[in-house]
Amino acid sequence: MYPSKFDYHRPSSVQEAVQILADNPDAKVLAGGHSLIPVMKLRLAAPAALVDIGRIDALQGISRSNGSLRIGACVTYNEIANSADVQAAAPLLAEAAGQIGDRQVRYRGTIGGNLSHADPASDLPAAALALGATLHVAGSGGSRSVSASDFFVDLMMTALQADEILTEVEIPAAGAGTGSAYVKFEHPASGYALCGAAAVVTRDAGGSCTGASLCFNGVSATAVSAADAASSLVGSDLSDGAIDSALSGMSIPDATGDMFASAGYRQELARALGAQALRTARDRA
Amino acid sequence: MADESNGAGVFGSSIRRREDPELITGQAKYTDDLQLSGMVYCTVLRSDYAHAKINGIDASEAEALDGVIAVYTAKDIEASGVPGGIPVGWLLPDMKIPEHYMLAKDTTRYVGDGVAIVVAEDQYTAHDALDLIYVDYDPRDGVADPKKATEDGAPLVHDEAPNNIAFDWEIGDKEQTDAAFANAAHVASLDIVNNRLIPNAMEPRAALADYNSITGELTLYMTTQNPHIHRLLISLASLGLPEHKIRVIAPEVGGGFGSKIHHYADEAIAAWASMQVGRPVKWTATRTETYLTDAHGRDHVTHGELAMDADGRFIGLRVDTYAAMGAYLSTFAPAVPTYLYGTLMSGEYDLPAIHCHVYGVFTHTVPVDAYRGAGRPEATFVVERLVDEAARVSGIDPAEIRRRNFVSPDAFPYQTQVALEYDSGNYEGALDKALEAIGYDDFRKEQAAARDEGRYLGIGLSTYIEACGLAPSAVVGSLGAQAGQWESAVVRVHATGKVTVYSGCSGHGQGHETTYAQIVASALGVPYDDIDVIEGDSGVMPHGWGTYGSRSAATGGSAIASAAEKVVDKARTIAAHLLEAAEEDLEFEDGNFFVKGSPDQAQSLPDVALQAYLAHNLPKGIEPALEATSFYDPANFVFPFGTHIAVVEVCATTGQVDLKRYLAVDDVGNVINPMIVDGQVHGGIAQGVGQSLYETAVYDDGANLLSGTMLDYAVPKAHFLPSFETDRTVTPCPHNPLGVKGVGEAGTIASPAAVVNAVVDALSPFGVNHIDMPVTSEKVWNAMN
Amino acid sequence: MGISIELEVNGASVSKEVEPRLLLAHLLREELGLTGTKIGCDTSQCGSCTILLDGQAVKSCTVLAVQADGSEVTTIEGLANGDYHPMQQAFWDNHGLQCGFCTPGMIISCVDLLNSNPQPSEDEIRHGLEGNLCRCTGYHNIVRAVQAAAETMNG
Repeated sequence: MYPSKFDYHRPSSVQEAVQILADNPDAKVLAGGHSLIPVMKLRLAAPAALVDIGRIDALQGISRSNGSLRIGACVTYNEIANSADVQAAAPLLAEAAGQIGDRQVRYRGTIGGNLSHADPASDLPAAALALGATLHVAGSGGSRSVSASDFFVDLMMTALQADEILTEVEIPAAGAGTGSAYVKFEHPASGYALCGAAAVVTRDAGGSCTGASLCFNGVSATAVSAADAASSLVGSDLSDGAIDSALSGMSIPDATGDMFASAGYRQELARALGAQALRTARDRA
Repeated sequence: MADESNGAGVFGSSIRRREDPELITGQAKYTDDLQLSGMVYCTVLRSDYAHAKINGIDASEAEALDGVIAVYTAKDIEASGVPGGIPVGWLLPDMKIPEHYMLAKDTTRYVGDGVAIVVAEDQYTAHDALDLIYVDYDPRDGVADPKKATEDGAPLVHDEAPNNIAFDWEIGDKEQTDAAFANAAHVASLDIVNNRLIPNAMEPRAALADYNSITGELTLYMTTQNPHIHRLLISLASLGLPEHKIRVIAPEVGGGFGSKIHHYADEAIAAWASMQVGRPVKWTATRTETYLTDAHGRDHVTHGELAMDADGRFIGLRVDTYAAMGAYLSTFAPAVPTYLYGTLMSGEYDLPAIHCHVYGVFTHTVPVDAYRGAGRPEATFVVERLVDEAARVSGIDPAEIRRRNFVSPDAFPYQTQVALEYDSGNYEGALDKALEAIGYDDFRKEQAAARDEGRYLGIGLSTYIEACGLAPSAVVGSLGAQAGQWESAVVRVHATGKVTVYSGCSGHGQGHETTYAQIVASALGVPYDDIDVIEGDSGVMPHGWGTYGSRSAATGGSAIASAAEKVVDKARTIAAHLLEAAEEDLEFEDGNFFVKGSPDQAQSLPDVALQAYLAHNLPKGIEPALEATSFYDPANFVFPFGTHIAVVEVCATTGQVDLKRYLAVDDVGNVINPMIVDGQVHGGIAQGVGQSLYETAVYDDGANLLSGTMLDYAVPKAHFLPSFETDRTVTPCPHNPLGVKGVGEAGTIASPAAVVNAVVDALSPFGVNHIDMPVTSEKVWNAMN
Repeated sequence: MGISIELEVNGASVSKEVEPRLLLAHLLREELGLTGTKIGCDTSQCGSCTILLDGQAVKSCTVLAVQADGSEVTTIEGLANGDYHPMQQAFWDNHGLQCGFCTPGMIISCVDLLNSNPQPSEDEIRHGLEGNLCRCTGYHNIVRAVQAAAETMNG
């Protein structure tokens, strides 16, 4: 397939990129291109210009400081999945990134592109939610930070303005007694998540749960948090019975269905995968 | 792996493929890899509507786009005076045959129906221009379900086909079958949907047409399984060019599975466009276009019933099927749900009464035609599902009820109630070998123990037969085929004893160059490396019918064996003359002719060949040179058979089916190259597993194709499948010179029933007796809850 | 609007002026004549177009030629150092291909798989092939080929 014509810009700084976006309302940001180029090839998107941020140094790199992990927007899934820093400070993100697409896609696709595209069936949104990530954003009006819970607005819609770029993802490093897991039921054709469950639990020395989060990809129009189910686990011993009981009444609001899986079945998957993710997270805590 | 330089006797050895060096280094040229000087590109605008009247087409913006050479519609094709038709090549009695033109004239009948053509200097521009053609559509209702399409009031695909019925066909004896049911002790009954499939050869269809207006010759490189059929149909029905002025060439072809048998509009469009613009024109389908144009497979809605006596012996089979034809009758479409389906209803069983009734139904969908197995997978699925249901209803073990009803090994030739005469078989032999290898009795214990732990294991049998290598031509013709079913071969021994073989088959991944050389090396006793095999060019070989229906070994290979035998006969006459001996006193061994008992006084085949070409000293009445042509028309179909067994585990919480083991014991007769035969079995199983668990072409109620890309349609990936366990029994075909049958479709025919039987077995504690394909996790979950 | 790019393809320097929308797969196939790289789908599923970009397997139908500016590209034509790369040899020896259309991308992808995991289990091989579709072989002999190549390359 063949994309429509567009102008191509390759800025060398975030500032320059943001300015180009401000000057070209029909421009789109190109990072790895593995979300954007496929839709352009199908001519479902035909931006007038692309702003290729793939070579901006400031958007590269993974670092740890002051109890948080910072990941540049143009860091690839492969780098995240194999980063010792990510595996130590946010193993959930590494686990989710390692399940996106296939090896070829993971070499090219980036965390910034993924979160900005906000495909609810992709694997990173729920992980970012569950980890309480903060997304740093630059625009022509300056920089700001958005929490992951405020970032995903609707189906493939984020809090980003047209002239804004996601620059960095910041995640609080996992503390002692924390375990996490990402469990995915993949669509057999696309490899996207029919349902993906991201769980984080923290236990005290006695084994009781002091904090839990459970988020899902693939079930609704955005990644969603099952906050009630997760909070009902706090104080429990995280036994299989406690997990099952926390999930027994869980219902994901606005679950959506399609020809592959009905909304009802996705709810069932969320319960089954959520339980599995919580059990694994517990065993790792 | 055998040593390629081994010379004679390579029939039966797992020699590495000679095709591969070019393929693994990226040197092989497929159609889209070819470039011709002055070449331009064509694209086809396709209907977005399943059913619409075309009020008008405005192409002025597209025509004005820089780089666009021309935009054409059906009116331009009509005005050029060519016939413009896309014909059907199998005629059934009283069948409705609507006009099918190269582009839609005033009505579109499926999403994907061609509406206009762009020719442009480059492919990007050719695609850009499609967005600038404005078609004024008047949308109408469409229908995609083959059963609903026959209901009163359903939207009509063609006005001349009331209730959308293209044909109403039956086989067997209805009265006798009804009588059997009246006397039945048990009846198994199932409603079955055989899901619509998209073939998905990895290489999309493509054509490169080069028309020379000075000579009036058209050279057409295209993705074809049968160049001569395409030449014939393009000549007769589409373009009206004399057949001898058309040369159809199949370069490397990247898989077909049936989808490259059929004559579509697009290749003819590329050729017609080349005639208009006077330059070579290339058309290459995008994957989305292959989904919208390659003939789909299956799409049946069936009710089937199997009657038994009190001992579980089958006494009657009754089948009613609505088979989708899609919007038009594709090349061999009417044969698929009739003579390739109804005739298989006896399976491996001694069934005294059968009746099968089929409606061929027009729907507002991509046409349906042969896809790997073509009718036989659908029939096998019906029969083998009913046999498992019969086992359930009667309380007899599925292996035992099959054994009890098999045609016995001493009953051959066996005349079924549905026209076929099975020539040979030993069904129990394959079943026993498979049950032993899978550990059937132990499995039942494991299954019971697992159920106690809340784990659900299942085992499924499919004891299948297939009829392939359609033949003989006269019989096939009497059933409606507008084609012969013989095959051609030329075996040409050059003066130096090297050999060139030409076959009318046209491989596209099956390894013909290797296996055909093995046949000839054994027949002539010349080194394998001294033999070249050429296929796929209507300009250089006699007419052939191509590669489909598992015919290339049984029919094509037999043609080669016959031609080689003629060469040996002629060489023997010349050798006898040179040795001054009587022909009947000569031995022929390892490529040498000698008088019995005097092997040191030999004339080798190269010696004889040289003399044949020099022609200085030939026996009286013998023509110079050493080559032979054979047109081989088989005496009967061939009948591969076997037992396939699937073992699955079903996840109690998600319903996901895990295919844990898959074992196949096939009997394909003598085996030319075991490595290649195993490879065919593997690929066939994967496609059948794909149908049973993953693949389905989904149309919505308005006949829009929802599974329009590889994001939606699940071609199986490596991690969906286990390593396959394969074995064989050997019952040679009694009526062809090589004793070979066919193997290309066996896996696809056998495996859907094995997998679904295994899933239903796993779910038996839940009272489940059938699940339609694909058996998705959601369907399984629903069945369990 | 043409954009000048320079890259190294199979060890040779290439300078081209390209349209921004030109896909790397089309640059290789149409402009450089490297037709060993195939295009089998529109949606980055099939992997037939897989090449090595700076040593990593990527789908060249989902990369703009301008994005490859300054990079090293290896296609199936440039893989072997000698007659055949051990992975090519293993595909041949183990009947890891039938129609051959997916094969160039499959072989490149398998080379990358062993680069990142030199001794994969069967399960790891099967998951490692998730970006490449084959319709002919059922993957059975592709798995055998990767196992054989791993043995050769580690030996």
